[in-house]
Amino acid sequence: MSEITTTQKRPSIIVENVRKTFQIRHTHSMKEAFISRIKRKQVGSTPYNALDDVSFTVAEGESVAVLGFNGSGKSTLLKLVSGVLEPDAGRVLTRGRVAGLIEVGAGFHPELSGRENVYLNAAILGMNKAEIDERFDRIVEFSEIGEFIDQEVKHYSSGMFLRLAFSVAIHVELDVLLVDEILSVGDAPFRKKCTEKIHELAQAGKTMLIVSHNMAMVQELCERGVVIKRGRKIFDGPINEAVEAMNAK
Amino acid sequence: MTSVDLTGFQTPGRGRGILDVFNHGYLLRLLIRKGTATRYRNSVLGWTWSYVKPAAQFFIYYFVMGVVLQFHRDVENFAVYLFAGVVAINLFNEAFGNATHSIVDNRALVRKIYLPRELFPISTIIIGVIHFLPQVAILLIACILLGWTPTFLSIGAFLLGLIIILMVSLGLGLLFGALNVRYRDAQNFVEIIRMLSTWASPVLYTIAMVEKALPDWAFRIYMLNPLTTSVELFHYAFWAPTTSASDLTDTLAPSIGTDILTSLGIGVVLVVIGQIVFRRFERSFAQDL
Repeated sequence: MSEITTTQKRPSIIVENVRKTFQIRHTHSMKEAFISRIKRKQVGSTPYNALDDVSFTVAEGESVAVLGFNGSGKSTLLKLVSGVLEPDAGRVLTRGRVAGLIEVGAGFHPELSGRENVYLNAAILGMNKAEIDERFDRIVEFSEIGEFIDQEVKHYSSGMFLRLAFSVAIHVELDVLLVDEILSVGDAPFRKKCTEKIHELAQAGKTMLIVSHNMAMVQELCERGVVIKRGRKIFDGPINEAVEAMNAK
Repeated sequence: MTSVDLTGFQTPGRGRGILDVFNHGYLLRLLIRKGTATRYRNSVLGWTWSYVKPAAQFFIYYFVMGVVLQFHRDVENFAVYLFAGVVAINLFNEAFGNATHSIVDNRALVRKIYLPRELFPISTIIIGVIHFLPQVAILLIACILLGWTPTFLSIGAFLLGLIIILMVSLGLGLLFGALNVRYRDAQNFVEIIRMLSTWASPVLYTIAMVEKALPDWAFRIYMLNPLTTSVELFHYAFWAPTTSASDLTDTLAPSIGTDILTSLGIGVVLVVIGQIVFRRFERSFAQDL
């Protein structure tokens, strides 16, 4: 399948013949499920393959972009690698600590202060107390929240909220970083800062799997691209050719 | 591709169930703190509600059972008897109810970030215990005023009762918490169990009354309820020493030894079933929420 992997290094992510099928289900009560089981039919549930027989590996320290139009299955793929979803066929394997810049701020609680939220979310992302203590000042500095850190998050502006959430996520101790549409965060200067930070992590030899529609950024960050179309991998190779492959079809 | 050396690789999203919670002690602490800190936000009385609710419940039970039905004549210190049972059942209802809702309530996290999902029911059960402690404190004060002194047996009985309640809450909580993600009927079912729990264990009446009223086989079934054993253990721990009974074991059912073992066994079975079902349903939590 993906014979392009020039693996002198060991892979960090292995995606092997992965299929993910969603049942578009309309039964949400036990009664309906029970009746449909008795009648031996699937009432109003239509299967649809979000991903179908997708395979590739990402070597340690490599940055790979996943390209595709909306609804092609890119985000599903990232969720499979992060462990939120499980494949219906095939397997996904990862090595080292995997962290995601996916929907940052999911664990934030509006009633808690910024400080409490930093600790809570960093712990949710897998850090222990010592690691968070060590990074706390850097997280606050990066987020530019300043003295508002002890205020309840519900009083934050949406920009402040996203900056803090992103800052927590980017400072997580990790070996593999999954990135989903980062450039929707904050204003232009902050976005630039984020891109620089991701560059820095790439330079530091972290493995990256990036989903983005921003071709310029992807071409800058990644050497390789995997193109997915309607759940199937249609191209895997150098990033410039990948971008062409995606736009051609 | 399978020729790659797979040592050191993990399958994302496959944890080790409840065992994983022990590796996430710090996160568990933070989740508990979040739950207790935000529970009564924006309420004037705040934590007082943790006392007001059981107090109101206690007084209405005492009025109906003690005053109207005259139970306080037959049962010495009926108020203590009643409150010891109410406290035990409240813990079960709180822990079990919280655990059932925990996955759905944390849907934002469950859908987006992988972490051992058992953390949610377990943290809410511990929050239930935190709410239970002030009630125990009030019970203890009442008991001490009536001449209660701690003994190894009473503390042991209390802890044993507590362990049984927690195992049952955890097992049922994992089971219904997982089912609730796909079928929201589960929470209505849980409401019924919670409503019955007060009446299906000797909180408002005594075991002797049940034994008199039921045929032998039905009484055996009644005694299988692990909550009955817990309530009896709480009675033994708090109420029995305040009575004039010369031998405290007389206040217990003669079968208490086997009852405890059966209850612990049922507790273990419930936890195992709960965990198995939870693991099965966990695979599709993110897409069902």
